[in-house]
Amino acid sequence: MTTPNSAAALTLPDEQPIVQIDKLTKTFGTTYAVDDISLTINKGEFFSLLGASGCGKSTLLRMLAGFETPSSGRILIDGQDVTAVPPYLRPVNMMFQNYALFPHMNVAQNIAYGLKQEKMPRAAIRERVQEMLALVQIDALASRKPDQLSGGQRQRVALARALAKHPKILLLDEPLGALDKKLREQTQFELVNIQERLGITFIVVTHDQEEAMTMSSRIALMRDGRIEQVDNPRRMYEFPASRYAAGFIGSVNLFSGQVISHDDDLVQIHCEQAGCELQVHHSQPLTPGMDVTVAIRPEKIAVRQQHQNEANSTQGIIQEIAYLGDVSIYHVELASGQRLQFTQPNVQALAEQPLTWGQQVAIHWSAFSCGVLTQ
Amino acid sequence: MKQLHRLLPRIASGNLITAIPWFWLALFFLMPFLFVLKISLSEAALAQPPFLDWIQEIEDGLVTIQLNFGNYLLLIEDDLYLAAFWGSFEIAVISTLLCILLGYPMAYAIARAPQHWRLPLLMLVILPFWTSFLLRVYAWIGILKNNGLVNQLLLTLGIIDQPLTLLHTPVAVYIGVVYSYLPFFVLPLYATLTRLDTTLLQAAADLGARPWKQFLTITLPQSLPGVIAGGMLVFIPVMGEFVIPDLLGGPDTLMIGKLMWTEFFSNKDWPMASALATVLLLVLILPFVLMRHYEQKASRQAQES
Repeated sequence: MTTPNSAAALTLPDEQPIVQIDKLTKTFGTTYAVDDISLTINKGEFFSLLGASGCGKSTLLRMLAGFETPSSGRILIDGQDVTAVPPYLRPVNMMFQNYALFPHMNVAQNIAYGLKQEKMPRAAIRERVQEMLALVQIDALASRKPDQLSGGQRQRVALARALAKHPKILLLDEPLGALDKKLREQTQFELVNIQERLGITFIVVTHDQEEAMTMSSRIALMRDGRIEQVDNPRRMYEFPASRYAAGFIGSVNLFSGQVISHDDDLVQIHCEQAGCELQVHHSQPLTPGMDVTVAIRPEKIAVRQQHQNEANSTQGIIQEIAYLGDVSIYHVELASGQRLQFTQPNVQALAEQPLTWGQQVAIHWSAFSCGVLTQ
Repeated sequence: MKQLHRLLPRIASGNLITAIPWFWLALFFLMPFLFVLKISLSEAALAQPPFLDWIQEIEDGLVTIQLNFGNYLLLIEDDLYLAAFWGSFEIAVISTLLCILLGYPMAYAIARAPQHWRLPLLMLVILPFWTSFLLRVYAWIGILKNNGLVNQLLLTLGIIDQPLTLLHTPVAVYIGVVYSYLPFFVLPLYATLTRLDTTLLQAAADLGARPWKQFLTITLPQSLPGVIAGGMLVFIPVMGEFVIPDLLGGPDTLMIGKLMWTEFFSNKDWPMASALATVLLLVLILPFVLMRHYEQKASRQAQES
C-alpha cells in the first residue's frame, strides 16, 4: 500500500528529478488554493495532476509556469530554484486551456513566436517550424489564421507552438478539454506518442480520470489544495489510498467494518453491511477493533451458482441492470439494505440473460481483489 | 395573411433593425447632402436665399436647367482653397498623432487599472463633456492669453521675463484640438484594450517575450482597430473644425471650416461654401470607401486560399 505524498519514496536511483516542488503553498485571501505540497517529477515522465475543479491543480500548474507567485515554498526545475524567476526566463512552456493562439498571426508565425524571442537565425526558425508542423501533422495549414481552423487543428497548433522551443518541461492545462469525445480519445494516444518521441517531461492538468489513466506514467490526485495520492495508474486504481481516491477513479463499493484479526497479511473484518465476514489481503499492520473501509471494484465481483457461507461471499436481489454493450452493470440490494454494484462482461451476443430483475444472486470476490482503507 | 405571418418574423429579426440606421442616414445625412450638392451647382445671387435655383420657369411651360460648375473650377484654380485644405489636413494629421501619443498611454493605463479604479478613471475622461464645448474653448483663451494663467505662472516662477505669445498661434490651436478630441480617441481604444484576451500576454511571456516585447508584438497589433477607430473620430471632425481655429488660432491659421464660415456668412456665397463642403465630404469619405473595398477584397482572397 502506498501512503499519500510518497513521491520521494517512489523515486528510483536512476530516475533524475526534473521538477522538485518543496512545501509549496498559495493562498488567495483566506483560502488555500495549494496547501503545503511537496512533489518530485522525473525527467521524461508523463505526469498528471488530477482532481475535481477547484482542487488547486491549475494553480499548481500556473506556479510552475510562473504566472502565480507562491505564498511560500520553492520550485526547483532541473536543480535550479525558479520560484522568483519570471515566466519568460523559465525553461518551461505551456499549452493553454483555450490554446491562447495569437489571432493576428498565422499558424507558422504562432509557432515561430517563441523562437524569435530566442533570436534564433531565420533559416533555423523556418526549419524548426516545418519540423513542428510535421510533428503535429498540420503542414498544409501553415499560412492559415487561427480563426480559420477547427478546434482540433487549433489544439495541434497550440501543441506545436509550445513544443517549438524544445522546453525541458511542457505544461498542459486541460489539453483535450475542448475536443469532442472521439477526437479526444484519438489525441490521447498521439500526445503520448509525441511525448515518447521527444522525451520532454509532460505535466498535464486534467479533471478527466480516464484521460489521466490512459496517458500518464504517474498521477497525482489532488483534493482541496493537497495531494491525496501519487501513483502510477494501475496502483492508483487497484490500491487507492483513501475513500476519496477510490471513489474518484472508477466506481467502487465501499463497506465499513471493524478489524477482527490480522495475521499473515490477511485481515479479517466484521461487516454488518456486507452480510458476511470480509477477508482482505493487506500488508500494513492493523489493530483489532479498528474501524476500516473495504473497497471492492465492481468488475472484481463474480457470480456463483450457489451461495456458500464463507468470507467475501454474499447474496442479494438484483434491483437494476444497465446494459452498456461491452458490460452490464447490476445493482444488488443486500439483506442489510446496503446496495452493491458489479459488472459482467457480455461475452456472447445472443446469450440469454441469466440474471434478471428481482432475482436472488450469489456473489463473491477474492481477498486479493479488494483493499482496506483507513482514511 | 399567411404571407404576412411569414414576413413578420423576418422583419422583426433583421431587416427592420438594419433599416433603422439606413433610414437615419438617408434622412439626416443623404438628404442634407443632396441639398448642399444642389446649392453648390447653382449661382450666387443677391436674393433670399442668396442663390438662383437651377430650374427657372421663363414662360408658361418653358423651363431651363442651369448647372454651374464654376465653383468647383474656382476651388482648383484659386490657391486659397487648396491652402485651406492643406492647412486643415496638416492640423488634423498632427492633432491625431498627438492624440495617439497622449491617449494610448491613458487608455492603456485605464484598461490595466484594478477593476474598481476603471470606472472613476473613465468618468474623469468623460467629465469635460458636462461643460459646453464652447465654454471650454473660451476657457483656454483665459489660460493662454498674454496675462493668462500660463504666462502668470511662468512669470511668477521666474522662468520667463516676457509673456509668451500663445494665444492666436498654431500652438494654441493644437492645444485646443488635442484637449477637445482626446476623449474621442481614448474611449474606443479603451474598449478595444479591455476586450483583449490577457492569456495571450501570458502565452507570449511563456514563449520568452519580455513585457515590452509582449506589448509590441501582442497588445499593439491587436489594439490597432481601436487606434484607427479613435484616430478617425479625431481626424474627421478636426478636418472640418471651425470653432477652435476661430477662437484660438491667428489670422494665419487657414482651415476649411473657417473658410466655409467666411463664404457663408461674410461673403454670402452659399454656392461656393457648399462646393467646399461637398469636396471636403468626398475627400473624407473616399479613403474609407477605398479602404473598405480593399479590406473586403483581402479577406475574400484569404478565404479562397
